[in-house]
Amino acid sequence: MSVAPLIQGFSDPILGSQAIFRSILDAMAHPGTIGAIDDSICGTPKDIPLAAAACLLTLIDYDTPVWLAPEFMSMRSWLAFHTGAPDAASIDQTRFALVSAQSSSPAVTDFPKGDDRYPDLSATIIVVCTSLQGGRPIRLKGPGIESEKIISPQGLHEAFWTDVRANNSQFPLGSDIILVAGHELIALPRSITCEEIG
Amino acid sequence: MITSTDATTASPHHEKPTENVDERKWWMGVLARAATQDFYALNSFIPPKEAYRLIKKPEIGTVMVEARAGGAGRRFNFGEASVTRCVVQLVSGELGFSYALGRDKGKAEQAALIDAILQSGDAYVKNTIFSILKTIEKKHFAAKDLQSRKAAATKVNFFTLVRGEG
Amino acid sequence: MYVAVKGGEAAILATHDLIAEERRGDRSVPEVTTAQLSEQMKLATARVMNEGSLYDPSLAALALKQAQGDSIEAAFLVRAYRTTLPRFGSTRPLDTSEMAIRRRISATYKDLPGGQVLGPTYDYTHRLFDFALMAEGETAPAAPIASDPLEPHMPRVPDILGDEGLMEAEVPPDGDPAPFDLTRDPIQFPADRDTRLQTLSRGDEGFLLGLAYSVQRGFGGNHPFAGEIRMGEVPVRFKSEELGFEIELGDITLTECQMVNQFQGSKDKPPQFTRGYGLVFGHAERKSMSMAILDRSLKNREFGESVDYPAQDEEFVLYHSDNVEAAGFVEHLKLPHYVDFQGELELIRKIRKEFDERQSEQKAEKAGEAA
Repeated sequence: MSVAPLIQGFSDPILGSQAIFRSILDAMAHPGTIGAIDDSICGTPKDIPLAAAACLLTLIDYDTPVWLAPEFMSMRSWLAFHTGAPDAASIDQTRFALVSAQSSSPAVTDFPKGDDRYPDLSATIIVVCTSLQGGRPIRLKGPGIESEKIISPQGLHEAFWTDVRANNSQFPLGSDIILVAGHELIALPRSITCEEIG
Repeated sequence: MITSTDATTASPHHEKPTENVDERKWWMGVLARAATQDFYALNSFIPPKEAYRLIKKPEIGTVMVEARAGGAGRRFNFGEASVTRCVVQLVSGELGFSYALGRDKGKAEQAALIDAILQSGDAYVKNTIFSILKTIEKKHFAAKDLQSRKAAATKVNFFTLVRGEG
Repeated sequence: MYVAVKGGEAAILATHDLIAEERRGDRSVPEVTTAQLSEQMKLATARVMNEGSLYDPSLAALALKQAQGDSIEAAFLVRAYRTTLPRFGSTRPLDTSEMAIRRRISATYKDLPGGQVLGPTYDYTHRLFDFALMAEGETAPAAPIASDPLEPHMPRVPDILGDEGLMEAEVPPDGDPAPFDLTRDPIQFPADRDTRLQTLSRGDEGFLLGLAYSVQRGFGGNHPFAGEIRMGEVPVRFKSEELGFEIELGDITLTECQMVNQFQGSKDKPPQFTRGYGLVFGHAERKSMSMAILDRSLKNREFGESVDYPAQDEEFVLYHSDNVEAAGFVEHLKLPHYVDFQGELELIRKIRKEFDERQSEQKAEKAGEAA
């Protein structure tokens, strides 16, 4: 009986996860810079951007509940197989989420924002865009950015940046965001301010 | 979480839903307890590297061992134990898994391969491997039995001393 | 405040080499192997597994070798290694009634079902040195073998009283909740039983022994009986999410102790025997007994007992039982505290000056009065 080969996770679990972790760390430390994921680092399910798969493979495990938007449910068993991560019982119990930039619901502010004693118990949300360039320019400022940084992701719903501002106004609480498209990523930690240009 | 049906519909890998799970549990248990030297007898069944892919290379991790207060009461986290696991896929598509206490990566890969091969449906292969596994299991039971008899030799035989008639 | 001090790199590198030399000792003496340690020092490796909180006998042996036998340093090595390993999940709760018994005794019932099986114990040795062990090529006499194995069914001693209702029952709470995990979340007080047992099982044997001793000497309200102590192998089961069914991973050696204490009753609880539970990796009876005594002692809240002594104070017991943490804080004193000390020195000089001035003033006054 011939069966399609199982989609792989990391080609090298140790070096792969370290490389991706480094990329995410750099992206968070320098918000607005575009990080690139090497194609050979891991497999990814059909229709899921490589950067999304790579981030999830690296960051989630048996201890971190994950919430997948309905359009991404097809990757659920692949994710469970490679990471052992449990499904979040509800949005407010999740540590990681994968959503589409086009969906206005759930809003960023609907996800866990942490609390005063443990602000790190917030969610990290991976937002799938159509591209990280060519869209409306957004000015970012804040820690990790010398003066300002302009990014122009595409495929975001109308109120996305309003939503992000509402989230970031809760600093030090609030979720952190990773925008992904193809094999690229941009991190938007909750510490930055964002402003639509023009 | 993954169930047999989930896997068949939701992902490219497969589980044969009609498989005898109890049989599989049995052979996986024997393989988990087998010593490195026990695997020599199974050597001829281990396929060459070209005949399979490592889906999950042998990986050392831990499981948190749970116990119950008083032996039967409330669950508590007792401590962790090292475990090695491996997932392989034969070119014919069967997925083989192994999970065992300890840090033996070589054994993990071999056990996963045997698990895959035993799912291939070949009756001759299955019967031959089963008889080898039964020998391994017998050895294990014999060792347990010997240990129990050594413990039994230290079992106290209380007897009452009756003082003689005055 | 810690001072960053430069210039120690060469010295530090030299310590690595020196310690390797110290560890090896006299090269004309054969090097100790980890196999020797895991086979012939099982009681030492058991301690390292418990306090390192990782069941892996060969790793515990390596830790002891690398640490030259220092069991707390060895536990530290095990803990550090453990943090690098991914966790695959949790096992099914162990069922110690399935134990392949190698030792099982009770001080509460003489003729209990299954009998008193003494097993491999030092309890009946005379504590006289066996100098023959110093000679090499020692051949241990073969242990006697009975014609039949032990009875397969060895009920738990506390269950024997079951029906009379005189023994505190151990039943899971409704819903059989998943336990707290102190490797993931910090301990909060008041601590529930699952937290207490997890902490005690990895606690320092010496610390727990001393506290258990204090309970027995009267610094606590309980007079325990050893209801049962059993040692042997128990199967470990794990449900793999990828497979969707439960598999056996192998067996681990455990020591389990059930302590039984008299309880005179309270406003809402009837007089009965209450229980303490000890469970440890490997063969480690003293630790399992100490743990069981403290488990009962820390149940004071549930039984409405007052907290008068250290062994009843759960913060005191649970915070100070982890020897890796304790060693960390005690040994951190070796870090440079130069600036702190300078500050103290200045302060001492200042108030010493004031003290001396006061002294001479008083002297002068007295002399003046006398005149």
